[in-house]
Formats: sequence, C-alpha cells, structure tokens
Amino acid sequence: MSKPLKQIHLAAHFPGVNNTTVWSDPRAGSHIEFSSFAHFARTAERAKFDFLFLAEGLRLREQGGHIYDLDVVGRPDTFTVLSALAAVTERLGLTGTINSTFNEPYEVARQFASLDHLSGGRAAWNVVTSWDAFTGENFRRGGFLPQEERYSRAKEFLATANELFDSWDGNEIVADQETGVFLRDAKAGAFVHSGQHFDIEGRFNVPRSPQGRPVIFQAGDSDEGREFAASSADAIFSRYADLDTGRAFYTDVKNRLARHGRRPDQLLVLPAATFVLGDTDEEARELAHDVRRQQVSGATALKHLEFVWNRDLSSYDPDGPLPDVDPDVSDTHISKGRAQVRMYRDPLAIAREWRERAEANNWSIRDLVIETGNRQNFIGTPETVARTINDYVQSDAADGFILVPHITPTGLDPFADKVVPLLQEQGVFRTDYEGTTLRDHLGLDAPA
Amino acid sequence: MSPSAASPSPASPAPSTSTPPAALHLAVALDGTGWHPASWREPVARPREVFTAGYWADLVAEAERGLLDLVTIEDGLGPQSSHFLDPGERTDQVRGRLDAVLVAARIAPLTRHIGIVPTTVATHTEPFHISKAIATLDYVSSGRAGLRVQITARPNEAAHFGRRTIPRIEAYESPDTQELVTELFDEAADYVEVVRRLWDSWEDDAEIRDVATGRFVDRDKLHYIDFQGRRFSVKGPSITPRPPQGQPVVTALAHATVPYRLVARQADIGFVTPQDTDQARAIVAEIRAERLAAGRADEPLHIFGDLVVFLDDDPAEAAARRERLDALAGEPYTSDARIFTGTPAQLADLLQELAAAGLSGFRLRPAVAGHDLPAITRGLVPELQRRDAFRHAYEADTLRGLLGLARPANRYAAA
Ligand SMILES: Cc1cc2nc3c(=O)[nH]c(=O)nc-3n(C[C@H](O)[C@H](O)[C@H](O)COP(=O)(O)O)c2cc1C
Repeated sequence: MSKPLKQIHLAAHFPGVNNTTVWSDPRAGSHIEFSSFAHFARTAERAKFDFLFLAEGLRLREQGGHIYDLDVVGRPDTFTVLSALAAVTERLGLTGTINSTFNEPYEVARQFASLDHLSGGRAAWNVVTSWDAFTGENFRRGGFLPQEERYSRAKEFLATANELFDSWDGNEIVADQETGVFLRDAKAGAFVHSGQHFDIEGRFNVPRSPQGRPVIFQAGDSDEGREFAASSADAIFSRYADLDTGRAFYTDVKNRLARHGRRPDQLLVLPAATFVLGDTDEEARELAHDVRRQQVSGATALKHLEFVWNRDLSSYDPDGPLPDVDPDVSDTHISKGRAQVRMYRDPLAIAREWRERAEANNWSIRDLVIETGNRQNFIGTPETVARTINDYVQSDAADGFILVPHITPTGLDPFADKVVPLLQEQGVFRTDYEGTTLRDHLGLDAPA
Repeated sequence: MSPSAASPSPASPAPSTSTPPAALHLAVALDGTGWHPASWREPVARPREVFTAGYWADLVAEAERGLLDLVTIEDGLGPQSSHFLDPGERTDQVRGRLDAVLVAARIAPLTRHIGIVPTTVATHTEPFHISKAIATLDYVSSGRAGLRVQITARPNEAAHFGRRTIPRIEAYESPDTQELVTELFDEAADYVEVVRRLWDSWEDDAEIRDVATGRFVDRDKLHYIDFQGRRFSVKGPSITPRPPQGQPVVTALAHATVPYRLVARQADIGFVTPQDTDQARAIVAEIRAERLAAGRADEPLHIFGDLVVFLDDDPAEAAARRERLDALAGEPYTSDARIFTGTPAQLADLLQELAAAGLSGFRLRPAVAGHDLPAITRGLVPELQRRDAFRHAYEADTLRGLLGLARPANRYAAA
C-alpha cells in the first residue's frame, strides 16, 4: 500500500536583517513601512499560506566594534506588527519570534493571549534563546544568563507561560446582565509558579484565548534545542532545507518525540527556504547566480569570512585567495548579535576545509562565500519548484517550508501566482482555508 | 443619542467675548465597557465582546467620527480591582483586559486620523521593548501613536514578575510612602527618557541604501544612547528606525506634586483631575513651575482635564442613570476625577469654564462606553462646534499635528 500524500505546509518569512534580502534591487521597497508588511501578508493569505513569520534580534549587529551596515538594518516590534496585520488579514497565522531571556513570562503570556484574541486564534510564538551580554546591554536585566542556562530558562519560561494560559479554563466569563454575574469564579487566573528562574504568583488578567495557547515554534539547533522542541514545541523552524540534511534532521527530531510521550505528527518540521523562479530552469539558475552576486559583494564576502576567522580581514582582497592565518579562537568575538556565528562551532576545522575547497576549485574569497553560503533552495520553473518542494515533503525532508523571498515586499507574489496553483493541482496544498485558527491550518490538536 | 441633543440649548448661550474661544482638544479614555463598574450591565454594553477586536474597532471608529484628537486605552499588569492596592474577589464587575499596545496596533490600520495612546506600565516592563513597540505603532498608524506612562505600587502586581518587592503602602502621608512614590515616578521619568532617546537613536536619514559602497545605513547616523540610571542602564541604538512623528506623544495622568514633576519633565500631555476652576488654575500653575524648573518651559505642554461623564439630553435622565448604575454596583461610584452628569450643552459650558483656567483640552471618561461615547461624539462635539470651540474636520494627519506640536529635531543629529 502506498503512503497517502502528505499535505504541504507553507509559510512566509518577511525578509529581514540578513543578506537574503537584495535591498539594492530596484524593486526593493521599504522593510519598515506597514504597507510592506500588509502587502506581504495579503499575498501570503491570497495564496492560502499557513502563516507569516517574523524573526527578531534585540540589538543591532556589530562587527569589529561597528554597527554592521552591509545588510538591511532595523526592524519593527514583533507584537505590534503582528497585531496590526491581524486587521488586514482574516485567516493567516501570525508567528512572532520572542526571546525567552530578555522578557518576563507574565508580560509575554499577556501579549500572546491578547494577540490570539485580537486575531481570532491565529497567534504563534517562536521561542528563541539568545542570551549574550551584548544583547543584554539593552535591558534592565543586563547580560545575566550563562549560555548553558539558556534552555533551562526557556523551558521554564514556556512552562510558566503555559500555566498562565491555562489559568483560565474558558468558562469563567458569564457576563449575565440580568443576574449581574460577570465572572463565574472569583479566582479566575490564579497561578503560583516556583522554580529555578521564576518565582511568581497572582492572577493572570487575560481570559482564555481562542486557541487556548498560541502555537509554539522552536528554532535552536543544538541537542538541547532539539530536545526542547521535542518536549514542548508544535513546530520547528529549522535551517535544513536540503534533501539530505533535511531528512537527517527530520528523522532525528521525530525520533525524539516518543521519549516525551508524543506522536510524530505533533511536531512539524518547517525549514526556512529561498526560491528563484524562471521561465526555464536554465534562466532560473542564471537569475539565482545573479542574486547570489548581489547578496555577496566583495565587502560582504570579507565580513562573512570574519565570522569564522574572528579577525579583521579588511586588508584582504575579496577576489584573492583565502587568508593563510588561522582563526582566532579566543573568547572575544568581533561579530556580535548574530545567530549564524554559532553555526561555526569548530572554526579551525571550517577554515581548513574552506581553504582546501577554495584551492581545489580555484575560488576567490568571494567565490567561496557564494558557494558555501546560503544557496537558494528551490531554483527552476514553477513546475520544477513545485515538484521539488513536493518531493522533499513526501520524502520526509520536511513537513513544509517557510519561504523567504529576496525582494521586500513583492518577492512572494510570483510564488503565490505560479507555484501555489501547481501544488493545488497536485492535491498537496489547500485551495481554501478549512478552519479559522492557525492550529486548524497546521492540523494540531487543541491544547488540553 | 436622540437627535435633539444636537440642537443648541437656549439655557446656555456661548460666552460673548470679542475673541472667539480657543479650540479645545478632546480625548476619550477607553476602558472595558466604561468607567462605571456596573456599566457592563447596560443593554448597549456588549460585555461579552470586550475581548474581541471588533468591539475596540467600533469604539475607536465612533471616536474618530467625532473628530476627537485621541483615544487612550487603559491597561494594568493584574486584574482590575475595587481596592486601590489589593486584588479583589468581586465577580460582578468586568475582569480581564487585553494588552493595550496590541489593542492599539489592531485598530490603527482601521482608522486614519485619530491618535491612539495605549497605557504602558513603567514599573515592570522594559523601556527598550516599549520604545520599539510605540515606534512601530507610529509606523502602523502613519504618525498617530502616543503612550500613556503609568507606575504601579501594587504588591500583587510586583509578584506577577517576581523581580522586586514593592512594600505595601500603609499611610499615604508617611515619609516611607512618599519615598516609594517618588522612587517609582523617578524611575518612570528615567524610563521615558530612555524611550525618547531610543526614538532619536536613528537619525531620520540614516537609511541610505548606497549601492556604490554597499552600505544600507550610514552608521554615523545611528547613536548609542548610553543611558545610566539608578535602576537600569540601556545601551541602544533602537532596532527600529525613528518613527514618523520623530517623537510619538508622551502622556501621563497626575494627581500630586510628584507625578506633576513627571509630566513637567517628560510629557507632551498631562492628564489632571481638578474638581473646579480654582483647582484647575492651581494645578496648571504648579505644573508650569515644574516645567520651568525642568528647563523645558519653551517646549509646548498640553494639560488636559479628566472628567467622568454621564451624558443625556435631559439632566435628570443622566442623574437617574448614575443612580441606577450605583444601585446595581451596590455603592456610589467615586473617582479621582470630577464626575459630571448632565447634558452635552451643560458639559460644554463646564469645559469652557475650566479651559479658561488654563487647560487646553479634556480627556473624557465615558461612564458607559456604549452610551456616553456616542453622546460625546454626537452631542458634545456638535455643541462645541457651534460655539467655535472644536474642529469641524481633521486638520492634520499626525497626532502631533492635531495637537499643534511640531515634529521635534533629533537630539543626536549633528547641528
Ligand atoms: C533557524 C534558526 C533561526 C533562528 N532565529 C532567531 C531569531 O530570529 N532571533 C533570535 O534571537 N535567535 C534566533 N535563533 C537563535 C536561537 O534562538 C538560539 O539562540 C541559537 O540557535 C543557539 O541555540 P542552539 O545552540 O540550540 O542552536 C535562530 C536559530 C536558528 C537555528
């Protein structure tokens, strides 16, 4: 018996402060005006996507003691944009990345419960764990959290927020104008939480929201991060959108679920993915190459190499060979506020490998960065891209993808117009929303 | 509201002066189903909808129909209570509230002219988060954002955060209480200072998109704010570029010298609660003196009087409504602000009288949102318009514009 076809989940990531965005393209618009977010969200909703996704960073990135200025800089506040987008969309899920280190559970739980009410059940929270003292300098709390405690705080933060969400069961509000009973239970919202990171008690003041709790996403990649996802998340935002790495990641995280008493379908794997469309596969490949050249200028290439080398490489020629000095592996980092720096866990090994590859292929620094950096994931005609995405999902490299276009805010339009109809024809993507909440779109159970 | 409310009241002719009366600014303070605790029991109240977007959208649309300058949205970091300092156990009043900034953001795209001013609590939140949230509210509303900064001295709300304990206020006049209140307001002043510096931490033209050099921003136009205060320090710059108004409108409610000082140091609008004209004059004088002491005497400051209003065509009807609601609540309604019951024309008289004492506008607290808000927009507003004391159309696209406040220069921009 052949496996039934999986339904694909699709979401849209508003391109942010990294070099995915080609801000120099003449079609590139504002990354901050609300009209950009509204256009992007309406396109995603027109295409019946599951949700819109926003990343977050709480300090402007720096390199070598200066604010990093080669990519888009600046972004709006996550909650505020998502709530405003709830006014210009009706069904689209609204997923916000919110840090568990530089926030407090009572406030974040209020904000997500409010967003869920104000959007009619479309809120989701991507729980991230950046902990660095550099970011901490923007907060009352300062840089107080040792790295090894990031997940213990995140776990307790989420557990505490869940206690707050659950402190109203949903039946308390009677609002009977005749009898004068507004609340059935004087203690609605009562909670007590005592733990290593939070010692709080009192009354939560937002009644239970349409989804009960927001949908929970997780994004970290370490073993601990994956365990956190397996124990506590509804979906993972991963960076493994290739067939092979995607399948390995998928198998790994789905295998972790049983240990937490959960079924494989209770955790969706949704990698971030980029795409380039053309009239022919060849044209798309050429376009993709052009996009890469725009994303990786000589200056960007040098800066990117600095993530690994942790040294000032500005005197090197981006069109020349890689540095023969080794990376600085001391504790001080010249790059600050970047999640991707943590991808390079063994800089010496990476430098060695990159030098070998560059020499073997006669690559300059810029060629190397273009070749090893974030390549576009889906390149080709709409037919090719639709087929590839479906193949990846059916072969368990993912349950769907969170698409990040190169152009703000219109980059999603061609995907919506050309690829989505093909997936619908194949019967692997919805032609209309069946439910009203994000949980409905994602096929997730209501929380107990 | 019946149409008769819109006809001029012969009992109260416009004051006959040679110069036309100054145009007033008008705000409404939105909170649940209204400010009277039994307001939810009125047939117009929609108490089951106060946690939906549609409810708030309707209220703000009504306020905008009345050409009001702004709405404020109340908030708090704990359930409402009939006690000043403690949580209560009553089940016969509205309990529960959505986050005011999120409510504000949700309605901003549905409106075009009216200012939107959510409440934020300085005592337990992060100025960095609030700065970017209000900046973003300014983007999503195209320049109509403000904030109302508030402190909380409630021990139970501190326990919701677990980061500090707030001692229980026992006697209001005791030195300990004065010290605590001063500390909380000083902290709020630092908080607003940080919020304001972060709004300026990007110069307006910092985004350059210079393809030739590959630079998206001119980083010389981004500024560390390096704030060091007694309770916290913040580095900056903001992650959000300078908002459309440059500085969204900062407001605070104040009842005594310590909070007047916060208004004088940091606000664009102070909401005050005079019971009569003499008191209004005294409050205005005190705040002006504090403004002078803070070195901001040259900068415009609005002082709005707060009033709770029960408005009906017939004054007896308004008084009866108040009595009926008091009976339902089981006790007479009291407030920090003067409570007005009467007709729109009588209210217009009172506002003009108070304005003569130096108030530039009023923040009206509808006793029953579903009744008294439309009475303001369809009764009071036309009455004031007839007296040439209120606008006939929105004359500006931003809240600062409506308030006659210029867009401020950036404190960090090189002169
Ligand atoms: C795909 C992906 C996306 C992430 N996005 C964000 C983000 O938007 N904001 C943020 O502060 N951290 C983000 N992070 C960082 C994680 O929250 C976490 O701090 C980091 O990955 C270190 O945890 P780990 O060791 O488990 O990977 C992201 C991480 C990954 C893998």
